[in-house]
Order: sequence, then C-alpha cells, then structure tokens
Amino acid sequence: MTHNLTFLPILLPILAGVILLMPPFGSNLSTRRVASVVLSVFTFAVSLALLLKVQAEGTQVYAIGDWSAPFGIVLVADPLSTLLVCLTTLLGVVCVLYASAGDDDKGSFFHPLVHFLILGVNGAFLTGDAFNLFVFFEVLLIASYSLLMHGGDKKNTRAALQYVILNLVGSAIFLIALGVLYGVLGTLNMADMAQKVALLQGDDVYLAKIGGMLLLVVFALKGALLPLHLWLPNTYATAMPVVAALFAIMTKVGVYSMMRVYTLIFGDEAGELTHMAQSWLWWLAIATIAMGAVGVLASKDLRKLTANLVIVSVGTLVALVAVQTIEASSAAIYYLVHSTLVTAALFILADLIGRQRGEVADRISAGSAVSQPKLLGACFLIAAIAVIGMPPLSGFIGKVWLLKATLNAEYTLVFWPIYLFASLAILFAVSKAGSTLFWYHHAKITTDTRQQRVHPAQLVALLILISGAPLMTVFAGPLSEYAIDAATQLHDFNNNIKLILSGGQ
Amino acid sequence: MELLYASCVGLLVSCGVFLILRSRTFPIVLGLTMFSYAVNLFLFSSGRLSINNAAVLGTSSEYTDPLPQALVLTAIVIGFAMTAFVVILAIRGRADLGSDHVDGEPEKDKKVNV
Repeated sequence: MTHNLTFLPILLPILAGVILLMPPFGSNLSTRRVASVVLSVFTFAVSLALLLKVQAEGTQVYAIGDWSAPFGIVLVADPLSTLLVCLTTLLGVVCVLYASAGDDDKGSFFHPLVHFLILGVNGAFLTGDAFNLFVFFEVLLIASYSLLMHGGDKKNTRAALQYVILNLVGSAIFLIALGVLYGVLGTLNMADMAQKVALLQGDDVYLAKIGGMLLLVVFALKGALLPLHLWLPNTYATAMPVVAALFAIMTKVGVYSMMRVYTLIFGDEAGELTHMAQSWLWWLAIATIAMGAVGVLASKDLRKLTANLVIVSVGTLVALVAVQTIEASSAAIYYLVHSTLVTAALFILADLIGRQRGEVADRISAGSAVSQPKLLGACFLIAAIAVIGMPPLSGFIGKVWLLKATLNAEYTLVFWPIYLFASLAILFAVSKAGSTLFWYHHAKITTDTRQQRVHPAQLVALLILISGAPLMTVFAGPLSEYAIDAATQLHDFNNNIKLILSGGQ
Repeated sequence: MELLYASCVGLLVSCGVFLILRSRTFPIVLGLTMFSYAVNLFLFSSGRLSINNAAVLGTSSEYTDPLPQALVLTAIVIGFAMTAFVVILAIRGRADLGSDHVDGEPEKDKKVNV
C-alpha cells in the first residue's frame, strides 16, 4: 500500500471526479458540496503523506504496471514534484470550499471538473515520461476549457475560444517536438533521454536542438512567457475568480516542465547541447517581466491587475530557471510556492471586494464602500505586502533570495534594474488599487449589505490562502532547507538517472 | 516513399497553418484538423518508415517500432476529442457573439452589401 502512495495523488482525483458524477452526489447539490470538500481534503492529506514519505525515504519511483523504466511509464516523486503536488491539492481544497458558497451552482459539473483538473496537474508534476506529460497536459487543458466557460457570459466565450484554439496549436507543436526527439533519441523516458542526448553526433544534434526549442515554444505558451502571453490577462480576467485562483497553478506547470527539461535533459551533461535554451530563457524572462509590469500599471480592474502579476511572477521564475544553479533553483521553488498562494488569494479577494461594491465591482475607481472594510482591508494589506515583496512577509524573503541567486549570473546588469523597476511599478499599482478600492467611495452605502457579507466557507478559504504568506515567513528556515534539498536533487544528474532507470532501488 | 510521405506532411502543415491564420472560426477548425492529421503522420514516421514488417518482436528478424503506433493512437483520440470541443465552442461563439469572427467583431462588409 505504501509503495502505491506515489500513484494516489493521480488516482484519487479521478475517483473523486467519477464519484461526484454519480448519484446521490450528482443530483443533490448540498451532498455534492460536502462530498467534494471531503474528497479534496482527503487528496491533500494523501499528498502530505507522500511528502513525508519522500522526506523520510528519498525520491520514490513508481513503475506503472511494473514495466521497468525506459520501456514503461514511470512516476517520479522527488521533493520538488511532491511539494508542487501538495500545493495543487491545497489549492483544490481552497477552491472547492470557496465555490461551495454558491459559485458552483452557476453551471453544471463544477466539482467533478475541479477534480479532473487536479488530476491533470498532479500527473504533469509526477510523470517521468515526456509523452505522458503531453497526455496529462491535455487532461488538465480539457478540464480548464470547461471550467473557463463555467457560469460565463459572452465575453467569456470569446476568451475561451481564443484560449482553446491557441492551446490546440500548442498541443500539435508539442507532438511534433516529441516526434522529433523520439526520432533521434529513440526513447521518451526523460532520464533515458538525458543520457542519450550526450551521445548524439552529426546532424542528429541539430534535430534534437529543433525538438528542444519546439518544446520551449510549448512551455512558453502554457507558462505565458512573452510573446505567447497575450491570452493570459483576458482569460484569467473573464474566468470566474475562483477558477482563476485555481488556474494560478497552471502557468507554473509550464515553468516546472521547463525546469525539468532544461535542467535534466538539456542541462549540464548534454554534450553539444549543454544549456542550449539558457540565453533564450534569459531574454524572454526579462521581456516578460517588463511587459507584465506595464500591464500591471495599465490594469483597470483588480482581476486584470492580478492576471498581470501572474505574468511578472512567471517571468521571474523563468529567469531563475535560466541561471541553472542550485541556489537559483531553490529560490525559484520558494518563490513559486509563494507567488501561487498570493495570486490565488488576490483573485479571491478581487471577487469578494467586487461583490460588496455593487455595480463598480472590482474596477479601480471610486464607488460604494465595501461592507466589511476591516476584514477585507486587512486581508488585502497582507496579500499586497506579500506580492510587492516588502518586509516582513514571504515576498521579501523570496525577492532577496532571488536577487542573491542572480548576483553572479550572465545578464545580471540587465535583469536587476528591470526586475527592481517592475517591483516599483507593482508597489505603485497595488497601493493605488488598494487605496482607491477601500478609501475613495461615495458616502452612501449600498442597501442590503447583509446578503453580500462573506460566507463562512469563503472566509475559511480566504484565510487559508492569506495565512500562506505569514506562515512562509515564520517557517522560512525549514522551507528554505526543503527548497535547497529539492534543488540539489533536481541538479544531481547522475543520481537522477541512476534512480529513475533502476526503478528507485 | 520518403519523399512522398514528407511532402504530404509538409503540404498538410502548410494548408493547416494557412487556414489557422484566417479570422473566421470555420476555417480555423478545418486548419486545426489538417494540422493534427499532419502531426499524426509525422509522429508515425518518427519510428522510421518500413514496409511489410511486423510490429511484434520475435516473429521475424526485421521488425518495425511499435511505440509510434501507440503514440499516434493516443494522439488521434485526444485530437478527436479536442476538435469536437472546439466545434461546439465555435457554434456557441457564433450564437453568443453574433459573428463567427474570432475576435467577436460584428461583420463590417455586410453593411456595404446592403
């Protein structure tokens, strides 16, 4: 049973999704809500158990159907992927809980779709096989297409159409890349690919390079890296905020795949192709940060502002991936967890603030006051301090760490000024948004404030996300140790290969 | 055979890309379909082309790589589902936005005709 623990974060969401479609959960809304929350908490608990096991016994390698490594599909639960699985399932719990206050009623099948999305994301994090990564990408995408349309209006249909077409083209390019790489390497197991890349000679080197760069296009599209980021602000701003909060993890799937592919396969030991994507990643990351900062300044409502903050965080993470040192990767892991929690919290806050302000919703302009200014204001303050990266919260720790990690990198002289200017822009935009939303309002308070008060389920969900920033500051010691450990294992090429190809013995 | 196969894939890709760059949803759906055909053919050829060889080990001395066939099968199933989804979405977009333009813009040249 404990051996199969690695597979459970994928298996449980499938079961949960199917159970929630069947009677009595399919027909009765309140039983479905309770069952969905219970099942997502259970999945989270199992992911935590896997985390503890990985910490105690080291990386777990699980061969599906007992077909050993280069031939069958393997799941690899190392500290990095397990941490991200825990983050995903936690986000799942929060979103299911939040939506149970009424959002899940606006369309059909909200709860099963959330579980299927978690299935896809967990699978993408855990798999050690490139084609299996494609399959899990498709699983999470088709769930995200339907969630995006959930309870949507006309604007939503347009954003969804563009998102779906873009991602279908992306999937086709992904398949071409995998075809090229399989053609020259003869394997799709990532560890085996990493071994074979170093042995390539002659024209095959260029073919592998084409395959690798096509993968970069795909991951840049999923991760919303410039110039493929244009879909993100519209998609995230028109989706229901609780869905957007859940999507906060999806761009990180693209970044995670880059980490895996460009540190393991095309990393230190790739022969002629060593660090082939590095210079591309640098410039794309820097341009993404600049573009995101401009977007943050230009945003007219809180949801769009948060969507642009997601772009800035993706740019920052990719810059750290491009450095390819243990220190940079550990900073990236810490920053990834922090930014996911904070952006999800901001999306949910935008929804709550928007509901209490009546017609102005979350537009950054004067309107009626929120009915619970103390609660929402305090939560916004914490989230804002964290996202700007001011002391004392987790954003500051992440920022100092990443500046330190990029100190000796190749393009520091370009990266530092642009990153710091972007931080200044974020500071300016977020404080302007906060003061306008909470302080500039017409004296008349909207009628019927009782109805719009924060529902207890929403409050719990919000507090879980908001408490992430202070907790990540208080437990920064153990967390950073964990991140350094995860990054060390990510960069330990020989150990990774040996472990995965021998089936974890 | 290689030349015929490669030019077939190339032609499908170029038609697909051309159609995807149109601004109406119907050509885009057709373009996506062609593109995915091309991708499936391409994926199939990644195990090298060979004639009259079994995809099972041990039945003959010459055998063809069975893995790309499994990959293509998966890709076809996924591509089919995705195409079905985008067709439904395009119909819904046509109904919601009153136009089959991907940006949802109302038709401009219609007024000229009237």
